[in-house]
Amino acid sequence: MSARGRSGRGGVLSSVLGKQPIGTAFVTPYVVFLAVIFAYPLGFAVYMSFHDYFFTAPGAIVERPWVGFANYAAVLSDPAVRRSFVNVGIFLLINVPLTVVLSLVLAYALNAAIRWRTFFRVSYYVPYVAASVAVVGVWLFLFNSDGLVNRLLGPLAPDPSWLVNSALAMPTVAFYVTWKQLGFFILLYLAALQNVSKDLYEAASMDGAGRLKSFWNVTVPGVRPATTLVVLLATVTGANLFTEPYLLTGGGGPDGASASPVLIMYQKGIEQGNPDIGSAIGVLLVIGVLLLALAERRFVGREDR
Amino acid sequence: MKHKLVAALVAFGLAGTTAACGSGGGGDAEAAAQAKGEITVWMSNNAEEVAWGKQMVAAWNSAHPDQKVTAQEIPAGKSSEEVIGAAITAGNAPCLIFNTAPASVSQFQKQGGLVALDSFADGKAYVEERSGKTAEQYKSTDGKYYQLPWKANPVMIFYNKSVFAKAGIDPAKPLLATYDEFLAASRKIVASKAAKYAIYPAPSNEFYQSWFDFYPLFAAETGGKQLVADGKAQFASEEGKKVAGFWRTLYAEKLASQEKYTGDSFVDGTAAMAIVGPWAIATYKGKVEWGAVPVPTSAGKPAGDTFTFSDAKNVAMYSACKNRGTAWDVLKFATSKEQDGKLLQGTGQMPLRNDVAGAYPEYFTKNPDYQQFADQAARTVEVPNVPNSITIWQTFRDAYSKSVIFGTQDPGAALDGAVQKVDQLAAGS
Repeated sequence: MSARGRSGRGGVLSSVLGKQPIGTAFVTPYVVFLAVIFAYPLGFAVYMSFHDYFFTAPGAIVERPWVGFANYAAVLSDPAVRRSFVNVGIFLLINVPLTVVLSLVLAYALNAAIRWRTFFRVSYYVPYVAASVAVVGVWLFLFNSDGLVNRLLGPLAPDPSWLVNSALAMPTVAFYVTWKQLGFFILLYLAALQNVSKDLYEAASMDGAGRLKSFWNVTVPGVRPATTLVVLLATVTGANLFTEPYLLTGGGGPDGASASPVLIMYQKGIEQGNPDIGSAIGVLLVIGVLLLALAERRFVGREDR
Repeated sequence: MKHKLVAALVAFGLAGTTAACGSGGGGDAEAAAQAKGEITVWMSNNAEEVAWGKQMVAAWNSAHPDQKVTAQEIPAGKSSEEVIGAAITAGNAPCLIFNTAPASVSQFQKQGGLVALDSFADGKAYVEERSGKTAEQYKSTDGKYYQLPWKANPVMIFYNKSVFAKAGIDPAKPLLATYDEFLAASRKIVASKAAKYAIYPAPSNEFYQSWFDFYPLFAAETGGKQLVADGKAQFASEEGKKVAGFWRTLYAEKLASQEKYTGDSFVDGTAAMAIVGPWAIATYKGKVEWGAVPVPTSAGKPAGDTFTFSDAKNVAMYSACKNRGTAWDVLKFATSKEQDGKLLQGTGQMPLRNDVAGAYPEYFTKNPDYQQFADQAARTVEVPNVPNSITIWQTFRDAYSKSVIFGTQDPGAALDGAVQKVDQLAAGS
């Protein structure tokens, strides 16, 4: 009886707290953080997107009626919004592959025992941690119509110039973001490269593989988990593009050629006081990014069998 | 940036929840209108204005120790309007903000963030006596004043005298009154390489940029019309299209730039001219030898008949204010003849009073450069105080940018296309 009683009480506690109650205690703050910082705002955004909603002072009496999909209809019928989704698609098409390829190649190079290795690693990382406002000034200097790039190109310089050219504005932003974020992604690959066993390179070498072949057959598969992470992170951060079009191309110019969905959200939701419209754009963006991430997961993240 | 947006959404979301639990009532507002006690006010970040604000608050506090005023600069944000909008939603806006943009008033009003000054016994009379006929433009569509017209920076064409001389144009009498004269001078400046561009208004797409290119010239060409009047867009009129055509020529001939400029193109000498108000004179000291003339019109109206954009910043009272009686007294104190005189002295900006020049003759005798701005301040056009004000300006800016700055559409057609949207927006939908 006594033994059974003790066992029973322990059983009850175990079933509530699991086998690792301390672990549960440690993870609770982060769960709360996620709920408050991510889940609640997302839920609230979904709520706003189905209502005629605007922010008011406490105590102001206003109606916020349910409007079904009216906000979504308004958003999808707005050519500026549709253009912004196309723009961010163009951006991702350029930025994500370029990020993966360049960061892997550079990480591989920086992983070798080369002279000035630390200097080069720091050099690639600095743009990532530098304030965008300051770095943008440098790029404006480079890509202006009488900037350094056009001087070097001479007659090959585009007219209109890069940042005011409808066809070139978004690609230019994409190249800028790729360059700026390279340092972070190189870090991820450098970490992954530490886990690729040297034995594999030696085995490949014994089988007659050269540097290129061993890179393709040993290095690339070896860092596949990191590649999955890089692709997903680049996609998510790219889809949330805002600072660069806002600063580089004068608020998404020329004529909305580099406006991103988040930039339009900012304009409509915050500047113009229509958070319901902004939320509808945001929800569509979340859905789009999730679908894209699923596709990428399937394509890039598949396990070798 | 993502986290900043999420954080902003959290703040708004939580505040929204709070709003749902709130309770409003006329009784509270009536009590607040009489209440005396401590209040907080916000100033802009402009150094000269902060200095003025500090002395004003010190003067008030020494005379009214039981109704202490605390002043601070508007908290940092992407724009002051966003900070104010967030403060309204959070319910922690100060009593008075001495940097309330007229374009945002309709939005703040819709949010329930503003107190109508008409709710004070002498509110309407005070506003109209101080500013005269000019006050009318600052009335909301419900007929009330939710802002007190405070100070204007009527924009004019500033020109660089040494650049003009270098281009072979008389710096004392530059011929800039008509579009043809202005274009001729611009071509001369660029052709002679005296400056890379004749003029360089910001080509970016923010809604407010049109206040410093199209709008001053539209105000002048129309003899003082606003962008929207009686709920109808005015900018696609014959005069509006003339103004748009003028600017199109400047961009088409590369006399003005489509590219974003970092810094001040006028101070740097990159552009020979700028459209700006008297607040900037302090920043030009020791850097540019400048002159100023009224904005051009197609037919060359006399200076005395020329209107321009006011670039006013006003004072509004916010509904979170508990001691509104004190706030109203402070507002009158801060805009008294004495304090307005100190504002003029300290910042060079024009108090929105009747006959500024006549009220402060010693100042203008001592500072003759500012006389023309005092004259111009009597003929200014404000942004229309209508629902969806900022969306209207963005709609206009999008059409203007496409057709005038980048030239991918005919300006006339673009403006006609924008009219329909703007008319709907002005109606409140």
